[in-house]
Amino acid sequence: MRIEKHPILTFETKKKINFTFDGQSFIGYEGDTIQSALHACGIKKLSESIEHHRPRGFYCAIGNCASCDMTVNNQPNVRTCITLLEEGMVVLSQKGKGVL
Amino acid sequence: MMTNKELIIIGGGPAGLTAAKMAAEAGCQVLIIERSPALGGQLIKQTHKFFGSELTYAKTRGFDIAKLLIDDVMKFKDKIEIMCDATVVGLYPNHEITVYQKGVYSKFKATAIITATGASEKFLAFENNDLPGIYGAGAVQTLMNLYGVLPGQSIVMVGSGNIGLIVSYQLMQAGVKVKALLEAAPKIGGYLVHASKLRRLGVPIYTSTTIKKAIGKDFVEQIETVELNEKWEMVSGTEKLIDVDAVCISVGLSPLHQLLSMAAVEMKFVNELGGMVPLINENHETSYPNLFVAGDVIGIEEASSAMIEGYLVGLIAANRIGYHHPHYETLLQSYHDQLSNLRSGPFGAKTRIGLAKLRGETHAR
Ligand SMILES: Cc1cc2nc3c(=O)[nH]c(=O)nc-3n(C[C@H](O)[C@H](O)[C@H](O)COP(=O)(O)OP(=O)(O)OC[C@H]3O[C@@H](n4cnc5c(N)ncnc54)[C@H](O)[C@@H]3O)c2cc1C
Ligand code: FES
Repeated sequence: MRIEKHPILTFETKKKINFTFDGQSFIGYEGDTIQSALHACGIKKLSESIEHHRPRGFYCAIGNCASCDMTVNNQPNVRTCITLLEEGMVVLSQKGKGVL
Repeated sequence: MMTNKELIIIGGGPAGLTAAKMAAEAGCQVLIIERSPALGGQLIKQTHKFFGSELTYAKTRGFDIAKLLIDDVMKFKDKIEIMCDATVVGLYPNHEITVYQKGVYSKFKATAIITATGASEKFLAFENNDLPGIYGAGAVQTLMNLYGVLPGQSIVMVGSGNIGLIVSYQLMQAGVKVKALLEAAPKIGGYLVHASKLRRLGVPIYTSTTIKKAIGKDFVEQIETVELNEKWEMVSGTEKLIDVDAVCISVGLSPLHQLLSMAAVEMKFVNELGGMVPLINENHETSYPNLFVAGDVIGIEEASSAMIEGYLVGLIAANRIGYHHPHYETLLQSYHDQLSNLRSGPFGAKTRIGLAKLRGETHAR
């Protein structure tokens, strides 16, 4: 969900960006990170933990904790909270360590 | 391939930006490396008006201060080079660094380095604390104030320091229901003005209460709270369930020391400063010559002190490289004075004691 009304900030409508997450099509906006776009679409579970396969979401949103790592365009362990969304990105939730 | 630079600044928050401006003003060539897509550090997500002195833009909203500092840097286009979306992943004692940017690693060597990487949010231990939907307060701020995305619809805030109080208010401004604010201590941690504002808006603040566990399968749907006695033990029978779709953790920050630890500079654990911090001299220089530090990375404080430290260290580092600022002596004195001024009041006590401990002064007060 996106903020519609805010007393201090204004959010202009920006250009749409198409991407896929686990094979499904989604839309984000210019300026989004992969993680903010997914969250706005209601996706909270980004990946699974390496050993116990517990669901993983983001935690710090500034690139510190690795909790938001996903596979993007075939590259594993991408910090999705600081990586800007780009047209046509193929985003996959990561189960395990990720294969290079 | 190795690229040589005069001064490299790691981190483009208030400390890094002010350091860059001052060093460039002295004549130095500077490279700023910033991990996020944008410069400004913590400031770009702060929608409230800042406290502090006029020199450090008090009463201006955080994101507007960021704009001012970025404008200052942009005035030195011929001197300051900026790499965003670029993370320093290695810092070595010979002033070499490794940078990761968009899938590519590159190496740089500098005459001097300023580390201004800021801080990271602490985690809190409780059952299921790794469920999606449990976020740091800074993360929630980033999501709403920077990207315009709501973290959830009904939230519980854990921690009543200034950040917990301010972010709760910002959540309400964005239209999120703050169901409760929990504080483990018997008293509210932050300023009472902020707490009263929340109470007036109907947010219940429960002191001596903490989160016992989070409940949910793929993401948090409910939390269980519990009261604490004077010995900070959980009082059984006081458990309560609250339905939420997000939990916000605001239990403090600790300096982002990993890079410095990697460079094997001398470090020390100082509780008052937030955790592991590098030993420094009065020039903000670490045990490794020409490796300087500024801002929250040497102790959790404020944007105002981060900015003054940045100016100070930028001045000193440029001088070391051979660029003597025309007003070096006056500025140096003025920044030292401003810093001790900032830390002189009751709210500066923690930093004062912490810094004294860091310098090994035994009679720290
Ligand atoms: C909710 C909240 C309210 C606040 N209110 C106030 C207030 O009213 N008044 C006030 O004075 N202060 C306030 N502060 C504190 C203030 O924001 C911080 O003290 C200040 O931002 C610290 O500046 P800094 O430059 O040291 O670090 P930061 O602002 O954290 O900047 C560090 C930068 O370094 C980058 N970085 C980190 N690691 C790397 C790496 N490896 N490679 C490249 N880049 C890296 C980060 O991305 C970041 O941009 C508030 C903070 C919060 C969270
Ligand atoms: S959420 Fe912490 S690194 Fe992305």
